[in-house]
Amino acid sequence: MNYELDNKILSPEVKQEPIRAGYGRGLKISGENNDKVVALCADLTQSTQMHLFREAFPERFIEVGVAEQNLVTLASGLARAGKIPFTSSYAAFSPGRNWEQIRTTVCLNNQPVKIIGSHAGVSVGPDGATHQMLEDIALMRVLPNMIVIAPGDSIEAEKATLAIASNGKPSYLRLAREKTPIFSTQASPFEVGKAYVLREGDDVALLGTGTMTYQLLVAADILSKKNISVEVVHVPTIKPLDQETLLTSAKKCGRIVTAEEAQAAGGFGSAVSELITDRLPMPILRIGMKDRFGESGTPNELLDHFGLTGEKIAEKVESFISENPQYHR
Amino acid sequence: MIKLTPLQIAEKANTIRQDIIKALEHAGSGHSAGPLGLAEMLASLYFNIMNIDPKNPEWTDRDMFFLSNGHTVPVQYATMAEAGYFDKNELMTLRKFGSRLQGHPERERLPGIESTSGPLGSGLSQAAGYAYSLQYIDKVKSRFVYVMMGDGELDEGNIWEAAMFAGKYKLSQLIGFIDRNNIQIDGNTEDVMPLENLRLKWESFGWHVLEIDGHNIESIIDAASMGRAITNRPTVIIAHTIPGKGVDFMEYDYKWHGTPPNSEQAKLALEKLRSLDGKILHEGAGL
Repeated sequence: MNYELDNKILSPEVKQEPIRAGYGRGLKISGENNDKVVALCADLTQSTQMHLFREAFPERFIEVGVAEQNLVTLASGLARAGKIPFTSSYAAFSPGRNWEQIRTTVCLNNQPVKIIGSHAGVSVGPDGATHQMLEDIALMRVLPNMIVIAPGDSIEAEKATLAIASNGKPSYLRLAREKTPIFSTQASPFEVGKAYVLREGDDVALLGTGTMTYQLLVAADILSKKNISVEVVHVPTIKPLDQETLLTSAKKCGRIVTAEEAQAAGGFGSAVSELITDRLPMPILRIGMKDRFGESGTPNELLDHFGLTGEKIAEKVESFISENPQYHR
Repeated sequence: MIKLTPLQIAEKANTIRQDIIKALEHAGSGHSAGPLGLAEMLASLYFNIMNIDPKNPEWTDRDMFFLSNGHTVPVQYATMAEAGYFDKNELMTLRKFGSRLQGHPERERLPGIESTSGPLGSGLSQAAGYAYSLQYIDKVKSRFVYVMMGDGELDEGNIWEAAMFAGKYKLSQLIGFIDRNNIQIDGNTEDVMPLENLRLKWESFGWHVLEIDGHNIESIIDAASMGRAITNRPTVIIAHTIPGKGVDFMEYDYKWHGTPPNSEQAKLALEKLRSLDGKILHEGAGL
């Protein structure tokens, strides 16, 4: 294991920053690295963090207005013209509103358009259910040619942005609004398609994506005090899954828990379940939103209410392992 | 680049119509009315208006053509074959398993198809994105972006998002055609969802609007030329056409929108086309 975790992650002094801030920095650096990178925004430049790019490269920034269908189809045309277009809005609107345009003009057309969905998950908070996108992972991961990434913190978001700027493929990047604890460091590895073991254990494997990875680290700390040995795997790339890493952890632990700030149906947990069903059937608990919408509240209130905090996850893991013996061939 | 005269283009349009009928009959499914109505416009684009090289479809200095109403692609395939992009025999693979000529066009399958289309309303945006790139990023003035839209697809909100965008940015290298044939699947456009006043709609979005007879080749070429000359706005050409044009029993009848001819109907249609609707009594005399 060579993943370097920030040494303050479980203390109150843990550094926090919105994941979207890392995207803003990464986009600006991508623009510096490659003059083919262009950015399109649907009237949410500041809150999607595109303002850094707009200030640096006004001639390559395109204001589209509140028109998400146009946002991605314009981007498809720009990609045809040899550009690398990044498109930003809230995930509820893009890819929420323009899924067919993404399917046909980006994925089937196989153009390297980058769909950046900000404000995903219930931690959006007071704006309520309309703006808390929970179905985007399911919508994007079923599209052929599409890469799907949910970075775990702002440092990783920056690396993921740089990575998709040069991957030549349709890509979806899922970002969160609120400040999220930073568990990785500049030295931590990031590669599209790779999962990372953050903590080793052999009683149960906890697989997290996006904002949930940090909560899994908290849960693992709680469980370790109860003599439960927990492996934590961070899975920023939901498609394609790092099958080798996931199957290795699954085989070692014989029980799996997945966590995502999204619908438990069709999303990351479902993707892992498909892999496990195909290759190594064993008990699996999918933590996420259970066929319901979010609501207004503070991010922490909502995460707690929907059982997505480290403490709540630890409780669920504990009862899961008490009910499901480890599977070993 | 290819520059045929209007008379030569008229002959091409007739040949293209015959090839559409043959391909559709062989395919056993597909759209008849729209493609037949577009023969003069596609022939004018490929044999006069556009700066293209059929032997080098990715030529970097070429003009672009986006077919937004992808269901009319038989006319584009027939025109491309006629222009030499691929062998005409391949038209008989239309809609067949393994064919490069998919039921709706796919960019990655057939060189010369600039984008994948079929679901309506997204071609204008893509053309606008390309035109934006030329005008503001690459600053290349010599290339133009043409896009063909159906009139029925103007029901789609995506079209008007793109119309607003192109108006705002004064995308003068963008030239749109609207195939104003007044039919869509459920009936006449003005019954399904009224589009008029179409001219005023586009003008109010900041476009230069031209209205032409979409079967008059000189008008088509002139309108495109005027569109290129307008340097402060995008241009849209509302081209009035007859759906099913050239085959009398298909003309004006919306029931031919999504239906191919059977072998009897195809034979009759080809006779009509070869004889220029009875004006030439013996096949081979004339075209």
